[in-house]
Amino acid sequence: MTETLLEAYRTMRTIRAFEERVHEEFATGDIPGFVHLYAGEEASATGVCRHLDGRDTIASTHRGHGHCIAKGVDVKAMMAEIYGRATGACHGKGGSMHIADLSKGMLGANGIVGGGPPLICGTALAAKQQGTGGIGVAFFGDGASNQGTTLEALNLASVWNLPALFVAENNGYAEATSSTWSVASDNIADRAAGFGMPGVIVDGYDFFAVTEAAGEAVERARGGGGPTLLEVKFTRYFGHFEGDQQSYRADEVAHARENLDCLKRFRDRVIASGELAETNLDTIDAEVAKLIDESVAEAKAAPKPGTADLQTDVYVSY
Amino acid sequence: MARTISYREAINEALAQEMQRDESVIVMGEDNAGGAGSPGEDDAWGGVLGVTKGLYGRFPGRVLDTPISESAFIGAAIGAATAGLRPVAELMFIDFMGVCFDQIFNQAAKFRYMFGGNARTPVVIRTMYGAGLRAAAQHSQSLYPIFTHVPGLKVVVPSSPYEAKGLLIQSIRDDDPVIFCEHKALYDSSGEVPEDSYTIPFGEANVVRDGDDITIVAIGRMVGVAEEAARELASGGVEAEVIDPRTTSPLDTETILESVENTGRLVIVDEASPRCNLATDISALVAKEAFGSLRAPIEMVTPPHTPVPFSDALEDLYIPDAQKVVNAAKSVVDWKRS
Repeated sequence: MTETLLEAYRTMRTIRAFEERVHEEFATGDIPGFVHLYAGEEASATGVCRHLDGRDTIASTHRGHGHCIAKGVDVKAMMAEIYGRATGACHGKGGSMHIADLSKGMLGANGIVGGGPPLICGTALAAKQQGTGGIGVAFFGDGASNQGTTLEALNLASVWNLPALFVAENNGYAEATSSTWSVASDNIADRAAGFGMPGVIVDGYDFFAVTEAAGEAVERARGGGGPTLLEVKFTRYFGHFEGDQQSYRADEVAHARENLDCLKRFRDRVIASGELAETNLDTIDAEVAKLIDESVAEAKAAPKPGTADLQTDVYVSY
Repeated sequence: MARTISYREAINEALAQEMQRDESVIVMGEDNAGGAGSPGEDDAWGGVLGVTKGLYGRFPGRVLDTPISESAFIGAAIGAATAGLRPVAELMFIDFMGVCFDQIFNQAAKFRYMFGGNARTPVVIRTMYGAGLRAAAQHSQSLYPIFTHVPGLKVVVPSSPYEAKGLLIQSIRDDDPVIFCEHKALYDSSGEVPEDSYTIPFGEANVVRDGDDITIVAIGRMVGVAEEAARELASGGVEAEVIDPRTTSPLDTETILESVENTGRLVIVDEASPRCNLATDISALVAKEAFGSLRAPIEMVTPPHTPVPFSDALEDLYIPDAQKVVNAAKSVVDWKRS
């Protein structure tokens, strides 16, 4: 475990504060393009990535901010990227859906549903060939669980016995389509049997449950035991994209925020157990709030890329 | 020292020499090992046409068979390339790009730009293209223009064993994603190839034959067709300059323009379907950049706008041949403003 409990809380709080703030700022019209928020799902990225280190690679989704933060991508560079600034993680050429930092093992948020799973078969293969002990982790949603790329990647990972972990983040909806309709099996994890790997279902609001399940899967992958399909179940707090009126769902978000929220549950548990003090957590909340304020202010003040940037970095050389 | 070997052997030799030189080079594809998991595994097919034969035994653990899951293994090759390997993946037929194109054009091609220059993806996708083997509509296409269209990809179309070896070694050492298009009807063709390793740089056309009367630009297998046509034209007193661009992305526009500025006439021979192919692309280039030099309209020799037919009678009509090139060249040379 490379991340302490306090740091895990900081990661979850950072994701939440980042997303809540992007939600507010998007409504002002200052943020261009398409933005998909991860709020509500923090326990997944955090519970998985706290087992990872510099040897490991993750591939993410269009809803990728949480994965980026959990894998250590610079928050200010992320915010600047979302604002399309030259100081952004991708110098303003990627945006919300393509934030990446390969130096941190973050192979990109991905605008293509199901784009990531084949890619992490490759990073897992590279780790295996080079004997680094690293693993590849693909985060994908319930929508991507129906993509051929995902199913092919699950099979290939088993056939090659790759050090890989597939995290199906089932937030209940692919855009507006319910996963109870689009996923023909009862659970996404049930499909694991068809690919010769363990399938595990975990409560996505429970950071500790995710941590435990992911820990076992990561350990198995590192030890040569092959891939795992981990299904994390929860809901997202915002729409598919910012601006989505969410006419397709009722009061489940209010219910989840009130009764299931991963941050609340985390706080309640660690305070009750005496593992962390409330003041420690409050301090982190304040530090995170400050970081997000600074991120937004700096992003807004940063220059946009210019003419000279339009045609650079298409190729290494051409 | 050069000796005569086949196009297939030249590709195999390039792979072997690069695998020997650089441990990060791995090879993967359907039947590349040849029968993984079966009693015949050690016999190693080397792919459906035997191009990678012998590598499995020489480089243990570095020649990987794959399930027929092109999205997964082409994507895996791309992912591995971002993580320190130099994979050479075999997409058996270029026609199969339809089942894995997303990984190529939305992932590999865009990583570097989309990630602000912070990625490199040194992957080579070797693929077989072209008509002539009676393989019908789903195994015969010349789809390199589709890859050429995509920023971020480099596209290589070798016309001979010599080009195949030097360009493949360059492709493997290149830090960008490369689509390496091998014409299936050239595998058994032979030519002089140096034994030692060598590279041919991208974006540098080969002037296959000098001539002052007309420029013929030809792609891949059409280079040989153009040479045959040039010999026929020479017997009638017309000296054609034959240019092989060798790579369609990057494209050596300079050599083409210089030649047309000298000859004033241009024929392009392209086995790809006629809409939005290399012939139209080069025509547009020349019409824009060398309009004042042109002494006649540009002619394009391509197949018709149809799928590739099966019957030999139809396929022979479909593929551009030397006679069609000769006819096109003569019409350009004889053209008079009416």
